[in-house]
Amino acid sequence: MKSSLHAVRLLLPVVVFAAAVVLWEAIVRINNIQPYVLPGPVAVFQTLIGDWPVLSQSLGVTLLTTLEGFVAAAIGGIALALLFNQSKWLEYSLFPYAVILQVTPVIAIAPLLLIYLQQQTAVVVCAWIVAFFPVLSNTTLGLNSVDRNLAGLFQLYGATRLQTLCFLKLPAALPFILGGLRIAGGLSLIGAVVAEIAAGTAGAGSGLAFRIAESGYRLNIPRMFAALFLLSVAGIVIYGVLALISHLVLRRWHESALGKES
Amino acid sequence: MAEQASSELDAGSPLAVSLRGVTKVYDTGVAALGPVDLDVRRGEFVSLVGPSGCGKSTALRLIAGLAAPTAGTVSVSPLAAEMRGHHPMGFVFQEPTLMPWASVRENVRLPLKLAHAPTGEADARIDEALAQVGLAEFAKAYPRELSGGMKMRVSLARALVTDPDILLMDEPFAALDEITRFRLNNDLLALWRKLHKTVIFVTHSVFESVYLSQRVIVMTARPGRIGAEFRISATEPRGEEFRTSAEYAGFCRQVSGALAPAYAGQAGV
Repeated sequence: MKSSLHAVRLLLPVVVFAAAVVLWEAIVRINNIQPYVLPGPVAVFQTLIGDWPVLSQSLGVTLLTTLEGFVAAAIGGIALALLFNQSKWLEYSLFPYAVILQVTPVIAIAPLLLIYLQQQTAVVVCAWIVAFFPVLSNTTLGLNSVDRNLAGLFQLYGATRLQTLCFLKLPAALPFILGGLRIAGGLSLIGAVVAEIAAGTAGAGSGLAFRIAESGYRLNIPRMFAALFLLSVAGIVIYGVLALISHLVLRRWHESALGKES
Repeated sequence: MAEQASSELDAGSPLAVSLRGVTKVYDTGVAALGPVDLDVRRGEFVSLVGPSGCGKSTALRLIAGLAAPTAGTVSVSPLAAEMRGHHPMGFVFQEPTLMPWASVRENVRLPLKLAHAPTGEADARIDEALAQVGLAEFAKAYPRELSGGMKMRVSLARALVTDPDILLMDEPFAALDEITRFRLNNDLLALWRKLHKTVIFVTHSVFESVYLSQRVIVMTARPGRIGAEFRISATEPRGEEFRTSAEYAGFCRQVSGALAPAYAGQAGV
């Protein structure tokens, strides 16, 4: 019973996707719409295969940027949260600026960064700016949600600050940190794409977002769709991998991973 | 009251804990406790009974050093445990207060790990503590796989693992069902007889306090003071038959009588 329900839940979105693709192809064919206006899914798929050498190379570039931005965001976000947790003064002084960085649209910051930084650096910094805040705020929340009595117990047994951090605060914050990383994964892809589009006119960029912009100028609409499709798949895979890691790390003890006992 | 006793009765054994004129006023301005004078002798089983919010848990936290008194002194005598290099106090909270990410074994190891105890010695002590609470086979389980009573046993094992002289227990069995509570009461009594710990036990249950203790201290409503003190001079060792004896009922009636004024001022009681 339960497994069949599970299968239906997996199957339904696939059916919806197939129906949409068929409908899309039908509309394009029946109305005889030209590919430079709206390509059908078959044409997009053919472009994906045909342009694979170009697109795969661009995919690699974008994924690398995303990964660099994500790693920087993870390290930067967690490190800043740890610093804030150790010193209230530091938190009060710097936290407002973290918020400002977060609420200012990155698309508006990107052109400035491209002036002052090397292009590749600027793109990674953009990915970092967008992605680090959820890691920072989630980690901060996690470090502050330690059980009061457990903290008392550590105090009773004379735990040092470092012991309290390593054995109590970090493990307690882990589910929150992983939640932050899950959001950061998708956001660093967005940051990378935004920066690539902003940098696109500057020339040498060859990421997927640059391919989209470039294809737009050339009215190569099928390639735009193919690149968009790849970006979407990349986003899904990033989310899936992070969700899987989170599940594997937490499955022995956390409520969010309950229900799949061995 | 014939059974009302002063702590001078068994001046024979040395003091384990001594409170002198202790008061606690919280930052919010709420006067939670005192002034309280209290002596607990080594090896004694003492219960603090009182209505919610009477400061009995506060008293325990002050003894543990988890909070500082507003006035007065809390002294814990230099104890054998400390001289052996162990932590002198074990604390059992109302909740099991276990680390959900760590196995039973690692939870019990915590006090030793924080004290940098050598691994070999620590392992032996953990085995011993788990055996004492009857959880030897559950060392590898995680807290969420255990029942409420078993979690409480883990918490007790963790408090015992440093071989402390004083065991501070803050309503440890309040959240458990009656059968489990009775079993844990009996096991705790057996451990106390065997290990000769000083136990200070906070509870709101008159019946539990009389069943377990040598001495019951009744606290008044906030700010909590010592309202009355009873020596429970029942025959030892106590077992399930004691729960239904006339002697037990008599003690319970006396303690309840002393507790009634504390509840008189509270609405809805």
